Amino acid sequence: MIESFFMDPALKRALVSALLVSVSGAPLGVLLVLRRMSLMGDVIAHAILPGTAAGFILAGLSMPIMGLGGLIAGLLVATVAGIATRFTAIREDASLATFYLLAVAVGILMLSLHGSAEDLEDILFGDAEAVDNELLVIMAAVSSFTIFMLAVIFRPLVVESFDPQFMKSVGGRGGVYHILFMLLVVLNMVEGYRTLGTLMASGLMLIPAVAAQFWTRRLAVLIGVAAVTGVFASIAGIFLAHNVQIPSGPAIVLILGLIYIVSALFGKHGSVRSRYFPGRHLKA
Amino acid sequence: MSIRLENLTVGYDRHPAVHHVSGEFATSSFTAIVGPNGGGKSTMLKALVGFLRPMSGYIDFGGITQQQIAYLPQQSEVDRSFPLSVMDVVLLGHWGKTGAFSPVSRAQYDSAMSALEKTGMAAFAERPISALSTGQWQRVLFARLLVQDAKLLLLDEPFAAMDGRTTHDLMHVLQDMQAEGRTVIAVMHDLPLVREHFPHSLMLARELVGWGATHDVLCDENLAKAAHIASHWVEHAAECEMVS
Repeated sequence: MIESFFMDPALKRALVSALLVSVSGAPLGVLLVLRRMSLMGDVIAHAILPGTAAGFILAGLSMPIMGLGGLIAGLLVATVAGIATRFTAIREDASLATFYLLAVAVGILMLSLHGSAEDLEDILFGDAEAVDNELLVIMAAVSSFTIFMLAVIFRPLVVESFDPQFMKSVGGRGGVYHILFMLLVVLNMVEGYRTLGTLMASGLMLIPAVAAQFWTRRLAVLIGVAAVTGVFASIAGIFLAHNVQIPSGPAIVLILGLIYIVSALFGKHGSVRSRYFPGRHLKA
Repeated sequence: MSIRLENLTVGYDRHPAVHHVSGEFATSSFTAIVGPNGGGKSTMLKALVGFLRPMSGYIDFGGITQQQIAYLPQQSEVDRSFPLSVMDVVLLGHWGKTGAFSPVSRAQYDSAMSALEKTGMAAFAERPISALSTGQWQRVLFARLLVQDAKLLLLDEPFAAMDGRTTHDLMHVLQDMQAEGRTVIAVMHDLPLVREHFPHSLMLARELVGWGATHDVLCDENLAKAAHIASHWVEHAAECEMVS
């Protein structure tokens, strides 16, 4: 079974695609979770669907064009959701939930009118082994660009997330970094759509970040743990999908779910174990 | 280099919270802004830090730039669950020099450490900020204030919810900073504390009630006047006719 990883080129590409998504997604996911924007991440992920569907209707199964459609739709919804939450009195989470349901409904409607059930399944749930060399190069470029940009804007981004008033008082342009960050999030969601499917494109970004919170309280370590978690789940998930013949998206997300459950039960911080079985207290 | 307010009006949605105030904070002065809730104290601070634009009138900073102003907002506006260490937060005080991208030098690290020593938090440098009590967190923010090396310090109720010991220690930090020639302006609620430590006061009930030596400003007459104004605030005011 292991040797098929080295022999089967489609499987190799599937694996590399998942690794790319998990490595650049980890730091973005950690920052999304820390900024209490997990739901926003999810909304953007789902917003990709109608965009890729439009690309599919216009150009068939062309991955770059479907990706471009997803990118446009993702940016559009990120902007509209931002405006809606700023200028209407409804609470942010309510607007976001509405947007994401609408996006999924429109996307599925478009696909079921124009594509086969098989196309629909591939786009919704992912088919990592369909990733070709051309797409892999684009994905590698997106991941490299993301990690480079994050390294550059990391400090202002963290300050803007944790103490925006301080940022403002020293004349920092918090809004600029916020927009750059959201752009990176959208890019990475689109990057993952083929591997994870549009329904679960946020999986490798959010779940490793959430699980990592149970193990450490240091920002750098948090990002490291999230990345390692994502890499592990990618390998195991692609392997599972290949051998059991299920779509790659749910396979990877299910492995991530297992890691989450173990972390929530046995982790060091805020887990069931640390809350209800903390051991004897220390000296005062 | 004093800071002068000229007929300053600031507020939200056309409603002035600070109404036609003029006066001057002398260089290296130590002033408390006092007055009833809703009297515009925090609003005046926000205008001074540049978060709010005056509706009319202006502030003459006498050459002090935004980089030379440090602002400490009221409690609880920071996300303290964020996984940062005490040292990370104090080092941010160097922002004026490092900006968003430059690395932190050894000397800057050392100055952050000595600031933590002055506020009694040196032993906590590597602790996560989520593990601190309210008083310890305020000491950390004061250390960041020290590191910022500002000429004008604006503090919004810096001693609210602090115990006697913390208040005493942090008041000393502020007084030392003033002695170095910095101008300190703090919104205060605790009038005995103001009488004890602040040479100057500004009493605000949307309008200026008094500004000068604390002993003169915090007289019974002014306190009664401020309370009277506060009990007559109306929500639907007519347009102000006063020419600015």
